[in-house]
Amino acid sequence: MTTHATEHDGNQAVALEAESYLEKVTEIVKRYSDNRDSLISILQDIQSEYHYLPESSLRAVSTQLGLPLVQVYGVATFFKAFSLKPRGRHMVSVCAGTACHVRGAPALLDELIRRLGIEPGDTTEDMQFSLEAVNCLGACALGPIMVVDGEYHGQMSPGKVKKVLVKMRESQGIEA
Amino acid sequence: MKKLNTVGELEELRASIVRQRKPEKLRISICGGTGCHAYNSKAVAEALRSEIERQALSDQVELKVTGGHGFCERGPLVVLHPQKVFYQRVTPEDAPAIVTETVLQGNLIDRLLYVDPVSGKVARSENEVPFYKGQQRLVFGNNGVIDPTNIDDYLAIGGYSAVSKALFDMEPMGIIDEIRQSGLRGRGGGGFPTARKLDSCRSAPSLDEVRYVICNADEGDPGAYMDRSLLEGNPHSVIEGMIIGAYAVGSHDGYVYVRHEYPLAVANLGIALDQAREYSLLGDNILGSGFNFDIKISRGGGAFICGESTALMASLEGKIGEPRPKHVHTVTSGLNGKPSNLNNVETWANVPLIINNGADWYSQIGTEASKGTKIFSLVGKINNTGLVEVPMGITLREIIYDIGGGIPNGKRFKAVQTGGPSGGCIPESLIDLQVDFDKLTEAGSMMGSGGMIVWTKAPAW
Repeated sequence: MTTHATEHDGNQAVALEAESYLEKVTEIVKRYSDNRDSLISILQDIQSEYHYLPESSLRAVSTQLGLPLVQVYGVATFFKAFSLKPRGRHMVSVCAGTACHVRGAPALLDELIRRLGIEPGDTTEDMQFSLEAVNCLGACALGPIMVVDGEYHGQMSPGKVKKVLVKMRESQGIEA
Repeated sequence: MKKLNTVGELEELRASIVRQRKPEKLRISICGGTGCHAYNSKAVAEALRSEIERQALSDQVELKVTGGHGFCERGPLVVLHPQKVFYQRVTPEDAPAIVTETVLQGNLIDRLLYVDPVSGKVARSENEVPFYKGQQRLVFGNNGVIDPTNIDDYLAIGGYSAVSKALFDMEPMGIIDEIRQSGLRGRGGGGFPTARKLDSCRSAPSLDEVRYVICNADEGDPGAYMDRSLLEGNPHSVIEGMIIGAYAVGSHDGYVYVRHEYPLAVANLGIALDQAREYSLLGDNILGSGFNFDIKISRGGGAFICGESTALMASLEGKIGEPRPKHVHTVTSGLNGKPSNLNNVETWANVPLIINNGADWYSQIGTEASKGTKIFSLVGKINNTGLVEVPMGITLREIIYDIGGGIPNGKRFKAVQTGGPSGGCIPESLIDLQVDFDKLTEAGSMMGSGGMIVWTKAPAW
């Protein structure tokens, strides 16, 4: 996880952050033997490390692969899986595929929007939850489905949403 | 593991694996596909494992976590072989009863048996479950039998024999001819003849003789997940098909482009590739044939368009996944500007079957212009949600009512969407339509990759 800079040590922390990205990015790029073809895989690995793609990491990738920053930025913004904004501790994804749609995914998504107070693509102010609507997850028999931090919750309903969110918050001692 | 340097060594290894497996051993297979995973099948497997150990039955009972069995609606699924006792919606608490009553005493546990909601009949074995009865599981059947993370399981059922036949007994053109005569058409959507694609790629000029074979596992059509299940449950069948395809077109580099939304498929495929390399079934000098070929995994980034061949190849090059006009086909100039042969997961998995059993056998299945079987994912408002493999030419009614068990909650069927967003919705008046590439196109829809989403008359929720 990244450290969040406080006011008095802001600049130093930012510099430290950039440095820690550099180290991590170098390690990830090496994993793919500096192969430009692996740009997407490299970005995926960086994202799974930080939950988003920090700007300085994109710059580092561009330098290390010898690719123009515009291409790295282009790929990072083209694919839906990447986020340039910091994301919350927990990722809540709702499948918006057709099979889940006919089983009530829109009502499920509405309930999450209402409970979390954010739209898909956004993160709660306390940085706990990010919400997204994703393409078919291929788990259609479980529809409508939501995935929280990689864990599948099948045959969901608006009524079951609260339970899942409460469990998430409880697991870290936060009141729901 | 030791490298296999000849076909003889492969067959020796196979024989020794089969010898070591005691046929009298009872086998419990637990579905470990993404669907059952979500129903907590892992905990069921753990509970069964500890119960078997507790009762000191490890010598008599073998526990196997397999890929998806297809009947996702009823997970977690547990099947006891050889009787094929079929238990559904199993919980960890059921483990002691399964071991004590069924394994030791041979009694069936009524509450875990499947009751057909239509006829009210109890299925005493997997064969009696209507969902399975109407199917012909040539490509998908081994999913429920083998542990996808253990290559020996695949070898024990004859795996990689098609590779050895192709590399040692056939010429590249002979392979393409065999596939041509089989009538195999692409399972990804277009239904293009697979042999013609292989042939064009093989004969396309390449100055440095670099050619690529690619497996398209960017399964993006909403409602379709057969490719995910094949890669999760039987990755070696796809790898085997790709090796044969590579030998036929003269390629040494392969890619599998798989969606990052499919973490289990990526993991199991990675394990399978490593194990195949250790046995020298991939890499340099495969089985001592002098033929070199290896496969890399590339994960997609969540862009529906990347299932399109030119966009997929752009993405493989590390670029934005935008399609380009196809006035020059990818078989001539695809990945890195080289001749590239791209096929869908299910298409590749059909290739070993054709090589092993011959084009004559294969072309007996299906209709005039659509040969073989097709895996459909039957989803939406339907009783038996899951993956079904049926011969081409079966009617929609048979799929939806006989296999799918009809519409739940007494609602009425309205339409079925086939072919994903590019396909169409087939109304009730066409329910007796025979399902093949051409009939679906005539009806104004398409086969696509095999998603079937059933809609009812009432509002969706």
